Amino acid sequence: MGGDDKVLKRTPLYPLYAPYGARTIDFGGWEMPVQFREGIIAEHQAVRNSAGLFDVSHMGEIEISGPNALKTLQKIVTNDVSRMSESQAMYSPVCNDDGGTVDDILIYRLAEDRFLCVVNAGNIDKDYKWFTEHNSGAKIVNQSDEWALLALQGPKSQQIMDRVATPTVSHVAYYTFAQDIVIAGANCMVSRTGYTGEDGFEIYISRDQAKAVFEALLVAGSSLGLIPVGLGARDTLRLEARLPLYGHELRDDISPLEAGLGPFVKLDKGPFIGRNALVVQKANGLKRKIVGFILEDRGVARADCQVLAHGQPIGYVTSGTLGPALGKSIGLALIEADYARIGNTIQIDVRGKLLTATIVKTPFYKRNPAS
Amino acid sequence: MSNVPGDLKYSKEHEWVRFDGKKAYIGITDFAQSELGDIVFVELPEVGAEIRVGDTFGTVESVKTVSDLYAPVTGTVVEVNEGLADAPERVNDDPFDTGWMIAVLVTNDNASDLLTGEQYKEHIND
Repeated sequence: MGGDDKVLKRTPLYPLYAPYGARTIDFGGWEMPVQFREGIIAEHQAVRNSAGLFDVSHMGEIEISGPNALKTLQKIVTNDVSRMSESQAMYSPVCNDDGGTVDDILIYRLAEDRFLCVVNAGNIDKDYKWFTEHNSGAKIVNQSDEWALLALQGPKSQQIMDRVATPTVSHVAYYTFAQDIVIAGANCMVSRTGYTGEDGFEIYISRDQAKAVFEALLVAGSSLGLIPVGLGARDTLRLEARLPLYGHELRDDISPLEAGLGPFVKLDKGPFIGRNALVVQKANGLKRKIVGFILEDRGVARADCQVLAHGQPIGYVTSGTLGPALGKSIGLALIEADYARIGNTIQIDVRGKLLTATIVKTPFYKRNPAS
Repeated sequence: MSNVPGDLKYSKEHEWVRFDGKKAYIGITDFAQSELGDIVFVELPEVGAEIRVGDTFGTVESVKTVSDLYAPVTGTVVEVNEGLADAPERVNDDPFDTGWMIAVLVTNDNASDLLTGEQYKEHIND
């Protein structure tokens, strides 16, 4: 509370935080809202039951273009970008030579030879450096200071977009996007993507128009229960949906295979950075794995708590919180693969106290596809 | 603005104390609950436990963080708010009343070391 003289970066939505009752925190050098007026649990439930609007403008955007754009990306990321058609989006880890994870990113194929990579806020400089160091003749531009990014998430998202977007985005399918969508007079790129486990959209706009779009969405959606949502609920939502968070489930020393992201690692697509290490890892069998757990005892097991079995350390918690859907403490842990069986009991050292947890199937929450 | 009842005493660690003869009821302030956000779990000592000024006597866990509770007085725990086990949100909704945490039979009177409401207001506005 106070006393810190570090200058934090702010998104163009910053002036709207106070009017909506936000409490801000230092998130990787950014002054971001951890919650708005309603609080984390109410904001979490709004996204599950109606809709929530997030400011995620701190995320970075790096454009890779030119005749060698595809070649460069194919070398940098683990997923197979050649399978993407224009107006598709794709999720992919980025690996280092050891198979550890540099970042996990979203790739948009804007045109045949033009891609937009959306990277984690804390990794913008690292990724830009990594991309340019491994460039195979493409043009690589860090556009992070030009874009604002909003996420509209929840079952009512489509209905809310119908009220503000021209032309309609109802035809935009999961993991595709549309350009030149006008909202509140602003030209937007809209994708059907997100980080909550719900239906929803991510909206890319130029920084100077972000406030108008944010407010237009809130006004249009308020009768359907739309409220602004902070990063606190973003974390509980993504964790229930078992979506990894860089710095927790993914790190320079954790491979995407260990993190359970095998489907996004295409070992047969041709050479890419980290491939050799990942091939060996797969052939030898994984030594460690990320598993989901539910705490049987009261309390909350948070990141970095030690995990034990039969009194021996077998790993550590990567993320943990109270899962609002279950009303129980849930989390993910990186543990020795031998213990990673569904139904196994583990112990977690929570500030000196050993609490019992059960390894469970993930995700902890899955939306009803009919809704 | 946080609510700071004038008839209570306060610690700099954001606990409040309501003296009732030799008994002191203890909880956390409106400011503290608001800073913590949604409280999901409160861990308290058992009746009979001895606590000393400045020692931790429990923890309060919110969705986003965990925070120690510091004893504002010295004495023996004589009552514990069992209701918080199933309804920890009372600390958010009603921190000075149904969100109380423990009652202590004070053995070493330090009331003069605690802050008045006015002093606590200044403390949180710093």
